[in-house]
Amino acid sequence: MRTTQEYFSAFFSGLGSLLKGMRITLGEFFTQKTTEKYPENRATLKMYDRFRGELSMIHNERNEHHCVACGICELNCPNDTIRVESDLIVTEDGKKKKVLKRYLYDHGSCLYCQLCVRNCPHQAIEFIPTFEHAVFTREKLCMQLNHEGSKLEEKN
Amino acid sequence: MFDFAVVTEWVDAMLCRLLPESWVTTTEFVLVGICLLIAYAVMALGLIYAERKVCAFFQCRLGPNRVGPYGIIQTVTDMIKMLIKEIIEINHVDRFLFNLAPYIVIIASLLAFSCIPFAKGLEIIDFNVGIFFLIAASSIGIVGILLAGWASNNKFSLIGAMRSGAQMISYELSIGLSILTMVVLTGSMQLSTIVESQADGWFIFKGHLPAFVAFVIYLIAGTAETNRGPFDLPEAESELTAGYHTEYSGMHFGFFYVAEFVNMFIVAAVATTLFWGGWMPLHIPGWEAFNRIMDYIPSIFWFLGKSAVMVFIIMWFKWTFPRLRIDQLLTLEWKYLLPINLCNLFLMVFVVVFKLHF
Repeated sequence: MRTTQEYFSAFFSGLGSLLKGMRITLGEFFTQKTTEKYPENRATLKMYDRFRGELSMIHNERNEHHCVACGICELNCPNDTIRVESDLIVTEDGKKKKVLKRYLYDHGSCLYCQLCVRNCPHQAIEFIPTFEHAVFTREKLCMQLNHEGSKLEEKN
Repeated sequence: MFDFAVVTEWVDAMLCRLLPESWVTTTEFVLVGICLLIAYAVMALGLIYAERKVCAFFQCRLGPNRVGPYGIIQTVTDMIKMLIKEIIEINHVDRFLFNLAPYIVIIASLLAFSCIPFAKGLEIIDFNVGIFFLIAASSIGIVGILLAGWASNNKFSLIGAMRSGAQMISYELSIGLSILTMVVLTGSMQLSTIVESQADGWFIFKGHLPAFVAFVIYLIAGTAETNRGPFDLPEAESELTAGYHTEYSGMHFGFFYVAEFVNMFIVAAVATTLFWGGWMPLHIPGWEAFNRIMDYIPSIFWFLGKSAVMVFIIMWFKWTFPRLRIDQLLTLEWKYLLPINLCNLFLMVFVVVFKLHF
């Protein structure tokens, strides 16, 4: 059996907490809304940096990338989304070396798990926040990520 | 201030010239009925839109914004969708009661709706026990809800209906007592008299403390009475799918849905009439110029504006508080609201007897 004092203190503390809740929701009522009016604000829409839209290979301004065609990303991909095609060449000092020919990415089967990016030893690939990927056939989702005529950035 | 009696008398006079006397009454009945139904439907559409917008704003969203400017046509299209949907025949239901239930709910709601004094001279049912009739009529709705739950032959529906019954019976007491508190202050149950006696000050100011307590209790009990959150456990969607209207489809579901929203408006309108002066404009004694400006605003806008504020407060409750458990619900009513209400009624009698009100 509760005492009379507990009855009244419970009543007033309850009332206070209800009013506090109502104050908070009223504050929320007048805050800026987070909804994006997407097709209308297409020109000004800014995606978040951490959003994973599609995989892309980082190229510098001299059209050079960091990919050494080691194939770790290909091994780590759970869906066989990535295929690395490489050539074996012999350099001037007689060493055999793998160079990237084509880096193929099937966007249609990508999970956006980021295992490829995390495991890349040279930070050659990243996820970029693009999001308008609708196309009419699946073939259009298969992309080559290394740019035409690009080569490995030499370390000095 | 514009008196709507001018319009109604003009229509009456015109009909008298055109038709024999017995036909005039019949035509007027039909006309009033049509106007009432249109007002009811428009009110429901407006309230559903308002609910969706207010809910969205409380959740930091924008709400409907695609159909028409700011999404105002959205509810109209939803209504058309609802009207053309199939009403599914369910096998093991009590067919007669199952089909009857939504109509009982909507008729109760419509009866209560027609009692409200909307503006000066715009009262449909106005007689000496008006407010009493209003609570009596609005309580018939519970019969419809119980029938819906029972006739559905579904556990969830039945549990929802029983919860609703327990809730309605409990909170009817609070509503009745808080209205009784105001009737003690007014000395009349006629709605037009209640509004007119607030011409020199609304009851919330005239009745000060007991009127304010009665208002708060009325608002809480009214929210519970309309089965809205945080008292929406008859249709608690996470436990009972949709409660008593689980088995309903098409326009039968639409009737329950519409009745819920208009009941919310009725609660708000009665709160406006009893505590906030009905359609009376805001008058501050001594400020003659201010009072005259206030008189220029038509009385219907005063009424709808005040009701809109009340509706907003009820929606604010819904989107702030989590749902109560059934035992918490009954504890709130029987251990808190009812004792407070009885003390408050006594206080109001004391205030009236010793003329401590303004």
